[in-house]
Amino acid sequence: MKFFSFLFLALFSIDAYSAPHGDELYARHCSSCHGLSGKGGVGVPLSLPSFLNSVSDEYLEKTIRFGRTGRIMPAFDELSDAQVSAIVKQVRSWSDKPAPAEDTTLVKGDSKKGKQLYTKHCAQCHGETGGGGKGTGVTFSRKRDLPIIAPALNNTGFLASASDPMIRDTITHGREGTPMMSMLAAGLSRTDIDDVVAYIRSFETSAAKLKESLDGSDAESPVITAVSPYSLEETIENLKQAITDQNFTLIRTDYLDHGLVEKGKENHKQVVLHFCNFGFLFDALAIDPRVGMFLPCRVTVVEKDGKVTLSAINPKRLSKLFNNHELDKSCNEMYEVYNTLLEDATL
Amino acid sequence: MTRLTKSVLALTMLGLSVPVMAADLLMVRTRQHFPEAMLTLQTSIREHGYEVTRVQRIDIGLTGMGYKTDKYRVVFVGKRKEIQYLVDKYPVLAAYMPPQISIFAENDETVLVTANPKVYASMIEDEKDKIMFKRWGSDISSVFDDIRNADE
Repeated sequence: MKFFSFLFLALFSIDAYSAPHGDELYARHCSSCHGLSGKGGVGVPLSLPSFLNSVSDEYLEKTIRFGRTGRIMPAFDELSDAQVSAIVKQVRSWSDKPAPAEDTTLVKGDSKKGKQLYTKHCAQCHGETGGGGKGTGVTFSRKRDLPIIAPALNNTGFLASASDPMIRDTITHGREGTPMMSMLAAGLSRTDIDDVVAYIRSFETSAAKLKESLDGSDAESPVITAVSPYSLEETIENLKQAITDQNFTLIRTDYLDHGLVEKGKENHKQVVLHFCNFGFLFDALAIDPRVGMFLPCRVTVVEKDGKVTLSAINPKRLSKLFNNHELDKSCNEMYEVYNTLLEDATL
Repeated sequence: MTRLTKSVLALTMLGLSVPVMAADLLMVRTRQHFPEAMLTLQTSIREHGYEVTRVQRIDIGLTGMGYKTDKYRVVFVGKRKEIQYLVDKYPVLAAYMPPQISIFAENDETVLVTANPKVYASMIEDEKDKIMFKRWGSDISSVFDDIRNADE
């Protein structure tokens, strides 16, 4: 009897796994960015009728699978095919029209002519090199006049997901409810539009290079460390001075196990200095409010077996973690700051 | 049924029930306003056996700089023995411990974000210790479920 009970439970679990609920999966994996009802947030508004009426289920599936390198949307490569399909079905439920069939016909055009047209008609929103509009679209950090930030076209995820006819149709008809206007109405001929499609498709090589460089950030060490020749107390004082010298404000000094042990019983050999440059903090939050997770800045000083070591997170790893290419500049700057602090404190 | 069979079946069920966590970040959005979401978060964290070691304000002066909310906090979370063990054994983790969850208002809703503990697991070698991060991942996923379910 017990065996059959176990077997039933096991089979029930398998059934639940193979027939996933799209609403639950959407809530778990998508709603934090795209909104609880698909109206957008960090991510684009998926429930926009002009969007749903112009993209195939295959486009949505590939977008979930490949994500958008460096543009926040992660690649959900650990979801099963059934789970991805269930999410797509959930997104599709916001439209009363059937999904357009995927058309993978290649569009032929003159990419050189397309480049000129792109520069004139598309670059203002999508960027000179197709990098997309700036900002993550989060209402927290900016006024939200637009329902969508212009997507990056020079992106492996986009190019792998969007077929030529889909790109052509979007350029031709635009997207109602977004700043994307019909280029046919704006005066481009159908041949012109084919040329622009050819130019966008020519981004494949540069998009692959960008992906390669972003993937390469995995090679960065997760931490920046330095060994101090001074005592723990001297090192902490040196670090405080270095923080001030770098125009940062020391917020507090506490022990790593603060809040984990009774007050007075903390390990005094593990000290954390928290500090901030408010201008820098605001700039970073404006790019991606999620980075607050690693703020304020901090350096941990640990004495073990007579050796004093300083360590800080390596911000160069963060843009990869957040999948946000726009963070690179700030992360590189912060990397330099941390290195300077550690060097100054241990000189 | 043999003990082995039971174990295999139980493990199968467990493996199929564990939430899928693909991304490096775990996020949740809730219709709860910021104060209620913060309360749900802290309650759930404690119910899962973790301590809230500190709540750090990030929002001082945010609105003065043109931001649309002044509700942004970072919550530090952990278990004493586990944090001490990890920091002692793996100095590379000292800069990341205790783990943090950021929580901020977005209009009438609240968004929570934290690093997927698999990110920390990738910094160490010992497979036995990596299991701890899998459990953390499962627990934080459960905490976020509590926040998501509080909407209903």
